[in-house]
Amino acid sequence: MKLPVSWIKEFAPVQANAREIAAALINAGLEVEGIETVGAGVSGTLVIGRVVEIEELAEFKKPIRWCQVDIGTQIRGIVCGATNFAVGDHVVVAEPGVTLPGDFTITSRETYGHVSDGMICSEREIGLGQDHAGILVLDGVKPGQDANDLLGIGEEVLDIAVTPDRGYALSVRGVAREVATAFGVEFRDPALNWEPDLGAPESGLEPRDCIIEDFSACELLTLRTVLGFNPDAPTPRYMVARLQACGIRSISLAVDVTNYVMLELGQPTHAFDLEKIRGPVRVRRANVGESLETLDHVVRNLSPLDSIIADSSGPIGLAGTMGGLTTEIDATTTSIALEAAFFPASTVAGNSRRHKISSEASRRFERGIDRELAPIASARACALLIAHGGGSYAGMCAVESPMSDSIIEFDLDLPTRTAGMVIDHQTVIEKLDAIGATYVRTSPDICIVNPPSWRPDLTQPADLVEEVVRLVGYEKLPSTLPSAPAGRGLTHEQRLRRRIGNLLAGRGMHEIRAYPFIGVSDFDAMRFPENDLRRETPTLVNPLSDLAPQMRSTLLPGMLSIAARNVGRGENDLALFEIGSVFLGGVVKGGLDPGVDSRPSESVWEQMQVVLPAQPEHLGVVITGAIESVGVWGNPRAATWRDSIDAVLVVADELGVDLEVHTGNDPSFHPGRCAEIVLKGTSEVVGSAGELHPAVIEHWNLPRRSCAAEVDLSVLLASAVNSSIAPAFSNSPVAKEDLAFVVTRDRPVAEVEACIRAAGGELLESIRLFDVYEGDQIPESHKSLAFALRFRGEGQTLAPQELQDLRNQIITAVSERVGGTLR
Amino acid sequence: MSAPNKSFDPKQVSALNADSVDKMVADALAAFNHATDLDSLKAARLEHFGDRSPISLANREIGALPPAAKAEVGKRIGEAKTRIKEVLETREIELTQIRDNEVLLGEKVDVSVPVDRVKRGARHPLTTLMERLCDVFIAMGYEIAEGPELELEWANFDALNFPKDHPARLMQDTFFVESPDSGVVLRTHTSPIQVRAMLERALPIYVVAPGRVFRTDELDATHTPVFHQIEGLAVDKGLTMADLRGTLNHLAQVMFGPEIDIRWRPSFFPFTEPSAEVDLKCFVCLGDPDSTGCRACGGEGWIEWGGCGMVNPKVLRAVGIDPDVYSGFAFGMGIERTLMFRSGVSDMRDMVEGDIRFTAAFGLEA
Repeated sequence: MKLPVSWIKEFAPVQANAREIAAALINAGLEVEGIETVGAGVSGTLVIGRVVEIEELAEFKKPIRWCQVDIGTQIRGIVCGATNFAVGDHVVVAEPGVTLPGDFTITSRETYGHVSDGMICSEREIGLGQDHAGILVLDGVKPGQDANDLLGIGEEVLDIAVTPDRGYALSVRGVAREVATAFGVEFRDPALNWEPDLGAPESGLEPRDCIIEDFSACELLTLRTVLGFNPDAPTPRYMVARLQACGIRSISLAVDVTNYVMLELGQPTHAFDLEKIRGPVRVRRANVGESLETLDHVVRNLSPLDSIIADSSGPIGLAGTMGGLTTEIDATTTSIALEAAFFPASTVAGNSRRHKISSEASRRFERGIDRELAPIASARACALLIAHGGGSYAGMCAVESPMSDSIIEFDLDLPTRTAGMVIDHQTVIEKLDAIGATYVRTSPDICIVNPPSWRPDLTQPADLVEEVVRLVGYEKLPSTLPSAPAGRGLTHEQRLRRRIGNLLAGRGMHEIRAYPFIGVSDFDAMRFPENDLRRETPTLVNPLSDLAPQMRSTLLPGMLSIAARNVGRGENDLALFEIGSVFLGGVVKGGLDPGVDSRPSESVWEQMQVVLPAQPEHLGVVITGAIESVGVWGNPRAATWRDSIDAVLVVADELGVDLEVHTGNDPSFHPGRCAEIVLKGTSEVVGSAGELHPAVIEHWNLPRRSCAAEVDLSVLLASAVNSSIAPAFSNSPVAKEDLAFVVTRDRPVAEVEACIRAAGGELLESIRLFDVYEGDQIPESHKSLAFALRFRGEGQTLAPQELQDLRNQIITAVSERVGGTLR
Repeated sequence: MSAPNKSFDPKQVSALNADSVDKMVADALAAFNHATDLDSLKAARLEHFGDRSPISLANREIGALPPAAKAEVGKRIGEAKTRIKEVLETREIELTQIRDNEVLLGEKVDVSVPVDRVKRGARHPLTTLMERLCDVFIAMGYEIAEGPELELEWANFDALNFPKDHPARLMQDTFFVESPDSGVVLRTHTSPIQVRAMLERALPIYVVAPGRVFRTDELDATHTPVFHQIEGLAVDKGLTMADLRGTLNHLAQVMFGPEIDIRWRPSFFPFTEPSAEVDLKCFVCLGDPDSTGCRACGGEGWIEWGGCGMVNPKVLRAVGIDPDVYSGFAFGMGIERTLMFRSGVSDMRDMVEGDIRFTAAFGLEA
């Protein structure tokens, strides 16, 4: 919200400059985001001129006027390209020597055949607004007057961001109160003074009646009536200037007055054209089927939850949010019904959310306004209407529900206990005074505090503590360190995640963190069949992009996009990994809402969570291009399916989890180069790895034969070994034996290896495949697998006969179980 | 070998005569001098000075001599061995020098050729920065709490004292899931982890909660709809605002240097009361008012870092903690923001796009 400093100073008479005031407000918790100057860039004095003669120059492409303008001391001849003014109008003149925004200095110069001796200004040219439609024409001014003053040029304006709890600060009144408190000067509350100005209603005139049908929709409704108002009366210049400084356009006197009072006091009011209202004005909930065309020309279908203002014909306003079009003030309005009410915050918030309207009024009501302010603000507004637009005051009709006083029992030691520094009772009381609270001291330590009507946010002792401590000054708080109980450090899983990250990065991979959003086109690109469960993921109501409205069930599409981006930027050799949540299944309907008054029981808490979909953590890997670059050692080594499987196995190995690699059939992968990763000794599939399907690679424009892997890391972490047991190992000499077996080509190595391992028993220390051969030397459709075996005896050297026996056992087993023959 | 001659039998052992021994010495010296490298010297040593060499065999025969002869022959053999050993050692030194000076130098390579067959990888700086922040708290006895990204609206809002339809709730730019009233949202902050911690952990509680959060912002240089926060929560008897301030001061100094101070501005968060914004003294200009051109803080001297406050009693009640017995403090800050000004990242998109040139600069720690 923008507020001119001079307006604030009207109620808080401080000497401080704008910067000092801003600093004080920041310390008080009002965030001043900037200080602007009205007409910034204008230097020199603009003067008011009266147009005394206009000669239309017709010989040019556009209309040009040669004007004689009386600026009090002389008549200046000025060429002007605008046509929205007439002889006798008062305009703003920049004389030669004056500089306008954009560092544009006015000089006498010849143009269109005349010497133009100055400039007639539009609003935008002097930095007042964006209005460039025409020349600024002013009423009620005299030639030669200082226009800077009239227009508020040079006025400093604070731009303040108000947090949702401080509704009162959306007004000059609220901000001035904080300024007065901060500088220790008297606060001249503008809400204390206006009713007498208005005076009593004129005899013989009757105000229009008003009614509240539902006190939950409105606690206080006032309707003041003004008759005989002059619709042509202009808004006084100071009011236009202030509204403009606050970022509000001047519309008409009646509308400007309501805005002005709202800015000044914080109470929104609404002016209806009385002659367009049928019968009494009432506040009620809307009926099913009712609709209302609001001032923004949108027809709104109303819900029975909406609070509305209605007359006997139906809805005429959306309470606290926006007025209706049929009862709008117009250029002929002479009878005004001025509504000022207290709508509870939740009522207006509901209206505002349901109809997606955020207005100056709704922003204030939602944050809570002063319950006592409506009649005062409406008196102020009527007084202004009559002062500037004439007419007679016909009185007020008002209804209200009883006020429930908010009472807080306040322990005067609480600020000290909360702050961690001594704040004596005297200081606490002073600060309660400063915020306008009243109180009764019931014992030396206890006050019964009644917060001021403009602070509906103050409802509990902690709220008062904040007021006291912020006014004492947060900068005075000491700095101490609490002693937490001895902690247990990272959990096992937390340590493992770090280790995995370091491990993969140490192997040349880069961690990425992709957005977790995904869409049908991704599922299609990944070649998921229609019934693939991975297509069923939670869907966002308001996604960033309609192409990716779902939460990801797989990390790979996001990773492949990032891989493609890197490739596009010239990095073909990539190894990426990501650790992140995926989201499986949908949101279950019918969650419990336990309220917030007490702790949900353990079973309720458990039941509440049922609605959440499964969110396991996955590990994804994408490898493209060369995994070893070209160099003096030779050619690059292209990444293959092996590298993606290896990335999974090396992580599992680090976790102490045994995995099996089976032939897989994930549709996103090359059908002949896909591994299904299975938790050893179970049938639990934890993921896939291998070369991506060519169609997937093509979709993302990646290098040929790009590889990937994705595994459920949550499962691996849960199976991880928490502490390793030191091994007992033999120091006997090792016996090495190489064996090659011929098996059918489709026989997985893993099976042959498992068979050898089983036959070799404990004496077989290690086994490693070192060659695969297919060719003339062996039968067709067969391959030869050569293994290097290492045997070691337990505490003694293996005898030749023992070795021979082991060898034979293995050869027999391979022959019997996997049909392999020794080569 | 001959048996010990205890009976004083005169016995002729030809190998022990002076000529034979001289020849052995001469042969050995010749062989050593002929050796051209350490390997051939080793072969010559085994032949002429090893266990089966003539001189060693001769040495063993001494025992077969009559006692009277032993002394003379023993002396002869001993002198011969000493002589052979001297020459061997000398030659060994010579050949070692030759190897070091000539052979190894001949094998010289250019060690400046590239050796990076596998390029180095990196972890994401947001990950490692979160770890680093966590470690500061681990050292203070805190533990790390976690929670789901798709979260109960109750934990994300209701329990944190965001009333329904309250502007504070609407200001959060929430991603709703399935329907606006499904009761499930993408968490808008890490604060629901506080709620979970208070429901699931025993008092006292000292936890930090890092994590990814979501708001419906458009991605630009200073905003991203998916970002990260770290949240801290302490609930104990007698915790004060001074404790909170001290904790944040400590964090600021560990992360940004001992001369860094923090500043509080009163603010509003539904789940804390009193509440404050936390500013960090600009680590570039150190708040010097004359450095109006400071690019890090825009001449303000302070940088907005996060929010904090004392846990609102309403929040404590919602999770069944008696606010008359326990008090708590909570704080939170954006990881992206912290990384931006700690590491001079000027565009938040760099943290999102996954360009490996960005991560590479950070390696294994941010």
